Amino acid sequence: MSARAETRLWIAQRASAVVLALCVVVHLIVIVYAMRGGLSAAEILGRTRGNAGWLIFYGVFVLAAAVHAPIGLRAICSEWLGWRGRSLSVAVHLLAVVLAVLGLRAVWAVFA
Amino acid sequence: MTTLQVDVWRGAEDGRYQRFEVPREANQTVLDVVTYIQRRLDATLAYRFACRVGMCGSCAMTVNGVARWTCRTHVSKVTRDGRVEIGPLRNLPVIRDLATDMREFFDKWARAKGALAPTATRKDDFARVPPDSPQRAAASAGIECIGCGVCYASCDVVAWNPDYLGPAALNRAWTLVNDVRDGARIERLRAVAGDAGCHACHTHMSCTERCPKQIAPTASIAGLKRATAIAALKGEL
Repeated sequence: MSARAETRLWIAQRASAVVLALCVVVHLIVIVYAMRGGLSAAEILGRTRGNAGWLIFYGVFVLAAAVHAPIGLRAICSEWLGWRGRSLSVAVHLLAVVLAVLGLRAVWAVFA
Repeated sequence: MTTLQVDVWRGAEDGRYQRFEVPREANQTVLDVVTYIQRRLDATLAYRFACRVGMCGSCAMTVNGVARWTCRTHVSKVTRDGRVEIGPLRNLPVIRDLATDMREFFDKWARAKGALAPTATRKDDFARVPPDSPQRAAASAGIECIGCGVCYASCDVVAWNPDYLGPAALNRAWTLVNDVRDGARIERLRAVAGDAGCHACHTHMSCTERCPKQIAPTASIAGLKRATAIAALKGEL
């Protein structure tokens, strides 16, 4: 891979990490808040259903994770398993798609 | 007379530690111990040294599991229960005993474009670099490297990724990126970007912890990450 492409991957991972750091903090605060009156699916769906704010928030959260995780996993696979090259690239791209599809599907499920 | 029990690596990649008894002296360095063994006990012991005063960078070895410059390492600092274990540097092929093949280490300096690309000719006047300019300060922070290989031997990323250029070569590249006389900035940033370069560094900081010259290659590598990111965003890379 070219120096430019690898540098862009690094920037993408750092940028997505910034987004994830904010998202995780908000997510944890919401969990603590949601637990106060006992946890129920109805209460959660009452908060998320039809709420465009939560749709956008969790949509961004999922996309950031789908960018961040495969880049990190790519580095781990090359260093720890010695797996490099095109096959690894295809595999982590697939992972990115799977994470994005499953995540966005879940986000949509609690919205619609 | 007190003696020191010294276990010294014998052989190449395949080998074993051999026990020697060496008289303990005041202010004795690890290099003194190795030299005593080679001159008095076993003349076939292979090791490397030159200046003995911490300038040449040739005597680095693994002492009780830690890479150190042996000429400036006192036995009193590293001995454990009157024992010391001395082996070759990690992450480099062993030629014999304590001597490693350092070709790959120095080839990586060349791959990181560690040579100045001059922009001036002999007809030009001397370059004037203000000592307090940020670039000069950044170059000065890394310039005292003696090429001993301690950082390279201490780096886990080098062990995991044999193509990784390593802390010393990247530190050298960073001093040149900050050299206002140099004319190969973008080529050098291209050479040090990516999985074999600065982006492979995990900031473990073993290099910075172990560098006998108190250089912080980790900071230099972070500088390269910033410089390559800016160059990539500008479309220069």
